[in-house]
Amino acid sequence: MATTVINGKEVVVDDEGFMTQYDQWDEAIGQALATAIGVDMTDEHWKVVNFLREDFKEKGETPTIRRVSTAGGVDTKKLFQLFPKKPAKKMSYIAGLPKPHGCV
Amino acid sequence: MTATAEMIVPSFDDEKETDRTLAIICSKGSLDMAYPGLILGNAALGEGVDVHLFFTFWGFDIITKGRMEHLKFSPVGNPAAHMPAALAPLPGMTTMATHMMNKSLNELDIPPVPEFLELLKASGAKIWACRLSADMNHLDESDLFDGLDGIINASDFIELTEGAQLLFI
Repeated sequence: MATTVINGKEVVVDDEGFMTQYDQWDEAIGQALATAIGVDMTDEHWKVVNFLREDFKEKGETPTIRRVSTAGGVDTKKLFQLFPKKPAKKMSYIAGLPKPHGCV
Repeated sequence: MTATAEMIVPSFDDEKETDRTLAIICSKGSLDMAYPGLILGNAALGEGVDVHLFFTFWGFDIITKGRMEHLKFSPVGNPAAHMPAALAPLPGMTTMATHMMNKSLNELDIPPVPEFLELLKASGAKIWACRLSADMNHLDESDLFDGLDGIINASDFIELTEGAQLLFI
């Protein structure tokens, strides 16, 4: 665990840089995290990130790619376009959440 | 806790032009042997690895439309099913064991086989059927999963997956 400054705010992150405190996140931080990993945020990206945030709040865990498509309404193909190569990790990073546990 | 002013950005290895490819040969058609290949393939795709799945022999059932939804799990000859060996072959036991396995998978939100194939396809997997198995079963592309990339022979597959890491299941 370490603290780091993202967008002028001090936040707690794990060894890899994933935020660990749900409430420390805001949209400006999400934007800064996306920029840091080279993702250009569009409305579609925000739809995914907002779903992740809401679902985490409700379920207590980061939704998997499959859940984002079945419950969040953004299909898998699209997720690979929005967050190239490693969608599950990238979207959870931007949403300030831990990586998903689920295998599928 | 250590404080640092510098922002830690995880490495997603985007800059690394990886040519890592995973080739998975699925040769078994029972429910319990179908899932490992599908799950590992899906995990690899999620890590940005190219994945080729080759369905052959009994594994052909996984991509055969009429069979993919009815794969079975039999406790017979499987000590890991944790059932007395004498009970395993009793009538109805396979149906029951299959039902229980499907239930557990469903509870963990693991999709049924047809939907799993769709998921793999949408994630960029290449899905190949074995020519010999198709001929043995008298099946053609119309009988197989719609997202199939083609029916190819073993040499084609070996050629396609040059340099790949290989899993035989």
